[in-house]
Amino acid sequence: MNTAEGVVAPAGTESGPVRVAVPRTWWQRHGTTATVWSLRLTLVVAVLALWEVAADRWVDITFISKPSDIVERLAEWAGDGTLWLHSWITVQEIVYGFLLGAAAGALAGFVLASLSLVYRVLDPFVMALYSIPKVALAPLFIVWFGIGMHMKVLLAAATVFFLVFLNTAAGVRDVDRGLVDAVRLMGGNRWHVARKVVVPASMTGVLTGLKVAIPYALIGAVIGELVASNRGLGYLINDAAAQFDTAGVFATLVVLSIIAAALNLVVGLIDKRVNRWKPIDD
Amino acid sequence: MTALLQTKELTKQFAKDDVATVALRDFTLSIEEGSFVTVLGRSGCGKSTMLNLLAGLTEPSAGEVRYRDRRLTGPDTEIGYLTQSDTLMPWRGVLRNVEMPLEIRGVPAAERREVAAALVERVGLGGFGDHYPRELSGGMRRRASLARTLAGNPSTLLMDEPFGALDAQLRRELQEELLALVQDGGQTVVFVTHDIEEAILLGDRVVVLGGLGRILLDHPIELPRPRSADELRVDPVFVALHTELARTLKEAAR
Ligand SMILES: Nc1ncnc2c1ncn2[C@@H]1O[C@H](COP(=O)(O)OP(=O)(O)O)[C@@H](O)[C@H]1O
Ligand SMILES: [Mg+2]
Repeated sequence: MNTAEGVVAPAGTESGPVRVAVPRTWWQRHGTTATVWSLRLTLVVAVLALWEVAADRWVDITFISKPSDIVERLAEWAGDGTLWLHSWITVQEIVYGFLLGAAAGALAGFVLASLSLVYRVLDPFVMALYSIPKVALAPLFIVWFGIGMHMKVLLAAATVFFLVFLNTAAGVRDVDRGLVDAVRLMGGNRWHVARKVVVPASMTGVLTGLKVAIPYALIGAVIGELVASNRGLGYLINDAAAQFDTAGVFATLVVLSIIAAALNLVVGLIDKRVNRWKPIDD
Repeated sequence: MTALLQTKELTKQFAKDDVATVALRDFTLSIEEGSFVTVLGRSGCGKSTMLNLLAGLTEPSAGEVRYRDRRLTGPDTEIGYLTQSDTLMPWRGVLRNVEMPLEIRGVPAAERREVAAALVERVGLGGFGDHYPRELSGGMRRRASLARTLAGNPSTLLMDEPFGALDAQLRRELQEELLALVQDGGQTVVFVTHDIEEAILLGDRVVVLGGLGRILLDHPIELPRPRSADELRVDPVFVALHTELARTLKEAAR
């Protein structure tokens, strides 16, 4: 092996970049973020205030309820445990459905996309299944799995599966041939190629799949509950609507959005960790 | 000297539907151990196709490649190949890219780190070990690719227009670096280029290819080393060879 003797001209002499520290003030560091967040807050407050004022003054309160009623309802449900019971059920369905669908989708995506003949054979069938609105599967799933939690988990998983599968497969099939050859030149076998090129290269596709699938996991679970159940946030919405309790419906929607936001946050964190090598903007 | 790398009546064609594009036809060449052979040819004459075959990356349609008198059936870690385009893993920093050949060979982490760090330093990328390829300039990426190729410690180096896309000044620097590295390492080199001056400056022998990889000229370069580009330009041997190569390339076009 060559030693570091006879070190050649450092890259800096090719008028390449020089690294310098950039002192930044608090405002330069966080200014944009702070502005964006304060504007968001202002927007929320404005909308809530307008809503509160409009309710019962310009629009019938039975239709739109009002923020203070919603908060009151949330507090009430939080107090008697209704909120935690139903939220917990729905969260479990979303998480299990998401994990199941994502794991199956990513695995199937990696395996099928690597076997190009199999992929070509199955492609039209997969697309056909993907195009079925998953809501339409709910009655069938009730017949197969009953109205318990399994049905909702599988309904959520069915949607997540296809999104993750298609994105993963696209990522795998897009892998740069040159990178695969590079590993072959290093003496790598199929396993090395899979682990050191295909998996990292398709990570962007997998994560895109995971990200777009999150709202669908939630939709799947809630639709399942709306169709048939006696527990969960979907049931709560149905129940409240049946009693013309708009505050209850909105309160449930608030909880659902909070759950969705939390899930998005998790994927955002994974995304950041995995895609550090992406080009730096600015 | 013995022939290290040989091709015998090598033909490569790319079939598409009912027609096939012939890229290389009946190509026979023999490369001696320890020599620096430059291969000169216009673009599209089959240079990359030839190197891919020499590296064992693609299968010939007919004929064979022999390495150390064995038939080459796939990539061999003794043969390092610096391809025309960059193939650094974009999700790995420079150091982790350079240590990849050792990683695949199963060298322990601490040891391969050390080797990679020395090589990165050696190609002049010290301090950029953590940078991702996209954060580097084209010249720096070439250096990193070269370091990665050397990390596998190959005894034969195949290089496909490695400095083709760089500015003249930078190309000169990297050519000198390459010569210094090869001088120390004693590798056999097959260096593909479309630049006549580069071919003469670097090689012990120059091979000019015409269409379909037809060998138009195979000439030893008997210029003393070290060669300096500026002095060479006025050297009569250089001028004569340059003229001959230029004429051969021009004739190939017809
Ligand atoms: N994968 C391929 N499929 C079809 N044709 C190819 C392929 N690779 C190369 N060729 C053809 O072979 C010829 C030689 O290409 P190449 O070896 O890349 O030339 P060079 O490297 O000398 O510029 C070109 O005409 C090109 O179109
Ligand atoms: Mg080429």
